[in-house]
Amino acid sequence: MSNPDESNWIAPEVLSGIRQQFFAECSDHISVLEAGLLELSAGHNDWEIINTIFRAAHSIKGGAATFGVEGLQHFAHELESPLARFREHHTFPSPAAIKVLLHAIDLLADMTRAALDGGCLAQDQIDSCVRELSTIEHAPIAEPASQVSKRSGSDNAFEDIGFVPAQAEFVEIASEPQHFRVRFRPHGELYARANDPLPLLRALKRLGEAEVTLDADSLPLLSELDHNEGYLFWTIDLLTAHDEAQIREVFEFVEQECELEIVCISSVAPAPENSLSPQKPEAPPQSNSPVPTQTPTSKGTQLSSTLRVNLDRLDRLMNLVSELVISEATLCEYAPPETDTHPNFPKALDDIKMLTRDLQESVMAIRAQPVRTVFQRLPRLVRDIEMATGKEVHLVMEGEDTEVDRTLIEGLNDPLTHMIRNAIDHGIEDAATRVKAGKSQKGLLRVSAAHRAGRLIVEITDDGQGLDRERIRSIAVERGVIGAEDVLSNEEIDSVIFQPGFSTSEKVTDISGRGVGLDVVNRSVQALGGRIAVSSRPGLGTTFSLSLPLTLAVLDGMLVSVCAQGLVVPLTNLLETVPLSTENLLQLGANTELLAIRGRHVPLVDLGALFEYRPPAPIKAEGVAVLVEADTGQQIALIVDDILDQRQVVIKALDIDTHPMEGIAAATVLGNGRVALILDINAIVALRRPKGTPAERLAADG
Amino acid sequence: MSENKTILTVDDSPSVRDMLAAVLAGAGFNVVQAVDGREGVTMLKGLDPDVIITDINMPRLDGFQFIEEVRKNPRYSTTPILVLTTETSATMKNRARSAGATGWIVKPFDPEKLIEIICRVGV
Amino acid sequence: MAERALSPKTPTASARELMSFRLGTQMFCVDAIAVKEVRNWSQATLLPRSPSYLRGVINLRGIILPIVDIGVLMGLAPNDATDDRVIIVVWVQKRLVGLLVDEVCDLVTAPQEAVETTSDLTGEAIHTIVRELITVEGAVLGIISLEQVMPRREGSSA
Repeated sequence: MSNPDESNWIAPEVLSGIRQQFFAECSDHISVLEAGLLELSAGHNDWEIINTIFRAAHSIKGGAATFGVEGLQHFAHELESPLARFREHHTFPSPAAIKVLLHAIDLLADMTRAALDGGCLAQDQIDSCVRELSTIEHAPIAEPASQVSKRSGSDNAFEDIGFVPAQAEFVEIASEPQHFRVRFRPHGELYARANDPLPLLRALKRLGEAEVTLDADSLPLLSELDHNEGYLFWTIDLLTAHDEAQIREVFEFVEQECELEIVCISSVAPAPENSLSPQKPEAPPQSNSPVPTQTPTSKGTQLSSTLRVNLDRLDRLMNLVSELVISEATLCEYAPPETDTHPNFPKALDDIKMLTRDLQESVMAIRAQPVRTVFQRLPRLVRDIEMATGKEVHLVMEGEDTEVDRTLIEGLNDPLTHMIRNAIDHGIEDAATRVKAGKSQKGLLRVSAAHRAGRLIVEITDDGQGLDRERIRSIAVERGVIGAEDVLSNEEIDSVIFQPGFSTSEKVTDISGRGVGLDVVNRSVQALGGRIAVSSRPGLGTTFSLSLPLTLAVLDGMLVSVCAQGLVVPLTNLLETVPLSTENLLQLGANTELLAIRGRHVPLVDLGALFEYRPPAPIKAEGVAVLVEADTGQQIALIVDDILDQRQVVIKALDIDTHPMEGIAAATVLGNGRVALILDINAIVALRRPKGTPAERLAADG
Repeated sequence: MSENKTILTVDDSPSVRDMLAAVLAGAGFNVVQAVDGREGVTMLKGLDPDVIITDINMPRLDGFQFIEEVRKNPRYSTTPILVLTTETSATMKNRARSAGATGWIVKPFDPEKLIEIICRVGV
Repeated sequence: MAERALSPKTPTASARELMSFRLGTQMFCVDAIAVKEVRNWSQATLLPRSPSYLRGVINLRGIILPIVDIGVLMGLAPNDATDDRVIIVVWVQKRLVGLLVDEVCDLVTAPQEAVETTSDLTGEAIHTIVRELITVEGAVLGIISLEQVMPRREGSSA
C-alpha cells in the first residue's frame, strides 16, 4: 500500500507542514459540524445546515484519505453516511440522533488530536460509536437500489471487471513476459471528453515492448469526413510482463467509448525474430475478421448473437426516432387534401405513419429490460418498512419478466417505493387488528407487472383495511381540496388522495418522508406518459395501478385550440366532440352551464377561464365542447375554440415548479414548432370550478 | 515531458490543494490553484491549462457543475479534466462521464499513479 | 501559455465577463458564462394560471424553455413583447430559462474590484434579483442574480 509519506515526490518537511495544515482544517470542520448540530437540536431545521455539516464530514474524510490517515478516514465515513441519508431524503435528525452525532464528533476531535500526536484511541470506544451511528434513522435505501438496477441492467462495461481498486497496489509482475495483441478502435465519443489515443498508446508502450500498427482503411474521403467520428483502428503487439488487467487499466477511462480486445497470443517468451514483426498483423487467431461486433474479451471465439451497443448511441437513436415522429406530424399537418392529381398521397402518408410507429417500437424493444431490475429491491424495501412500522407483510411479485424501456425502469423506482410505503403504512393493519378482523396475521402485498392493450400495467394490491373514505373526505375538506358540501362518489373520494396539498400523514414518519405526497407520484408518472389510479374496498384492501405507455413518451391525443393556445386532450379520456347550440346548452342558476347529451346533463367547463387565459365570460351557445371522462368515470365537457385534429405527440416533461399547474400533465412540440400543453383530465375534473368565481363550488349533480 | 505544462487544480481544502501542488510541482508542472468551481471558471478566463484536476464536493459550484461549465466552452473541449474522488462506484463514473470528465483520480492518491494518470490523458 | 499562469500561492479572480441588456431605459447584465444563447422573441405558449412574470414556454430545439419577464420580477411593467424583443437563454441551476429583454447590448469585461454588493437597498422586489452593481465606463449596471430568477417550490423534488 503506497503511502505519500514514503514517496519521493515531496520533501518530508514540506509534507509535514501540509499535514499540520490538514489537521487545523479538521478542527475547523469539526467546529462547523458541532455548530450545525447544535442549531438543529435547537429546532432550526434548515436544509443548508444539513448540507454544510455533510460537506464538513465529507471534507474530513477526503482529507484523511489524501493524507493516509486511515482510522480517521473510516470513522469520518461512518459519520458521513447518516448525514448523506438526511441530505438525500430531505429529513432531519431526531434529538436522539443528534445526541449520537455529537458524541461522534467528540470522538472525531479526539481522534484528530491523537493522530496529530501520533497516538490512537481505544478501538472498542470507536467501534461502539460506529455501532451507534449505524442505527441512526434507518431511512429506506433508495440510492443503492438504483445502483442495483443500473448495475444489473446496464451495458456498462465496467461491471464486468468489478470495481477498480481505490489505490494502485504494488503488483506482482509475472516473471515471464507474454505476448498480447491489443486491438483498439476508438469511437467518436472518445474524443468528446478530451481523451486521446496517442497518450494511451504511449502508456501501453511503457508497459513493455510494443509494436503499433495503424489501420486507416475506414477513413473516408476528406469531403465525407465527420470530425466527430472515429475512423482509426490500432493493433498493438505488446510484449510485457504485466498481466491483462494492467493492460486494460490503461483504457480505464475510455472503455465505454471504444472497442477493445486484448488477446494473449502466447505465454512463452517468443523467439526474437518472430515476436514483433513489422508487417501488418493478420487477423487474430480465433476470430473471423476484425469486426467490431465481437464481444471485446480475450475469449471471443465466434460471432455472438448479442451485440454490445454504446448507450449514448442508443439514446441518440431514440431521440432521432422521437424527432421523426414530430416531423411526421408536421408532414400530416401540411398535407394537402386528397386530390385527383395526387390520389396516392394520403396512403403514402399513412404508410409513413405506420412505419414510424413500427420503427419506434423496434427501437424501444432494443432498450427494453425486464422489470425484474426494479422488483429485485422490493423485498429489502418491504423488510425495512416492516421493521420500521412493526407490521408483518408477505410480498408476492408477479410478472418480473415483463419488459419495459430502460428509461421507464428508472422512472418506476420512486412511484413504486412511495406506493408500497403507503400500502404498508396506511393500508395494512398491524397483526393484532388483522387477527381480530378474521384476516391472516401477515398482510399480503402483491406487486405485478404485465402488458395489457399496448401498455405496461403495474399493480400494487394490499389486503389491508382499504381507504378510509371518511378520513380522506374530512382531511380534504380541512385542507381546502374539496368543499364541505360537495358530494363525491366513492371513486372520486379515492382519487382525492392524488390531489396536491393532500396528505394523511399527521406526523412525519421516517417512512413516508416529508412532503412527498401522492400528487408528486402522480406527476412523475404523468411525466412518463402514464396514469395512476386507485380502487379500494373498505376492510378488504386497496389496489394502485400504474398504466404506462410501452412506446415511451408518445401519446395519442386530440389537438384543440383555446385562446390561440394549443392543448392536447389524451384520446383515452376523449368521448366525443359536440358543437354547442342553444338546444344543448342549459343554464342552471347564475354560474352553471350544462351540456345536454342523450338525456343526461354534463357540467361545462370553460377552459379559457379556468386556465386564466382570458377573463371569465358567459358561455355562449357557439363553439365546440369536448366530452371527456376521468378515470373515476366522471364526465365533463370542455369548451374549446376549435378542434384541430387527432395526432400522436411526443411527451416532453414540463419542469416548471414555480407554481402549481393542476390540469396540465406534460407538454409537447407541435409540427409548427410551438409548444402545446397536454391536459390532465383527472385533475381538471377534480378541480370542478365553475367559470368566474374560484371560491364557489359546483352544485352536486350527475 | 512535463516541462512548462500547466495544471489547474480546483479543491476547497487548502491542505489537499497544497498536497497536489507539492506532488505536481515536484514532477515539473506549473500549478495554478482555485478554491472552488466558481473561482475555477473565473480563472479559466485568463488561463489555458494543459490539464484540470477538480474535487467534486465544493461549495458554490461543485465539481460536476464546474466540469459542465468548462465543457460548454469549445476552447476547452480538448483539455483533459480529471475528477478527484473518494469513490469508484459506477454511479460516480457515470456522473463524471456525463459531466464531461476525461478520467478520475481516487483518494488516497498515490503520487506515482497520479502522474501516470496525467500522462495517460495526454500531457 | 506558461507566462499567463498565475503563481500557485496567490490565485486571484481577475475579471468578470458580463452580457449587458436593456429593459426600457435601464441597463442590466448577467454573467456571460451562464448564457447559452440569445434568440429572438417568438410567441410563447401560455401556462395556466401562471404568475405575471412567467410569460409561457417555447420550444428550444426540443427542450421546453420557460420564459421569464425579468422586468416584472424587478417591479417594472410587463414587457410588451413585440417581435424585436430578445430572449437570453441562461443556465439557472442546471435548467435552462429564457429571459425576456428589450435588447442585448454588449459583452463587457470588468475587474472584480468594480463590483459592489447592494446590501444597503431594502424592501423592493428588485433587491432580490439584483444583488450586485458594476460600474463600467461610467455607467452603473445591476447584475442579475440568476439563482433568484426561477426559485424551486418548497417540497418539490430537486
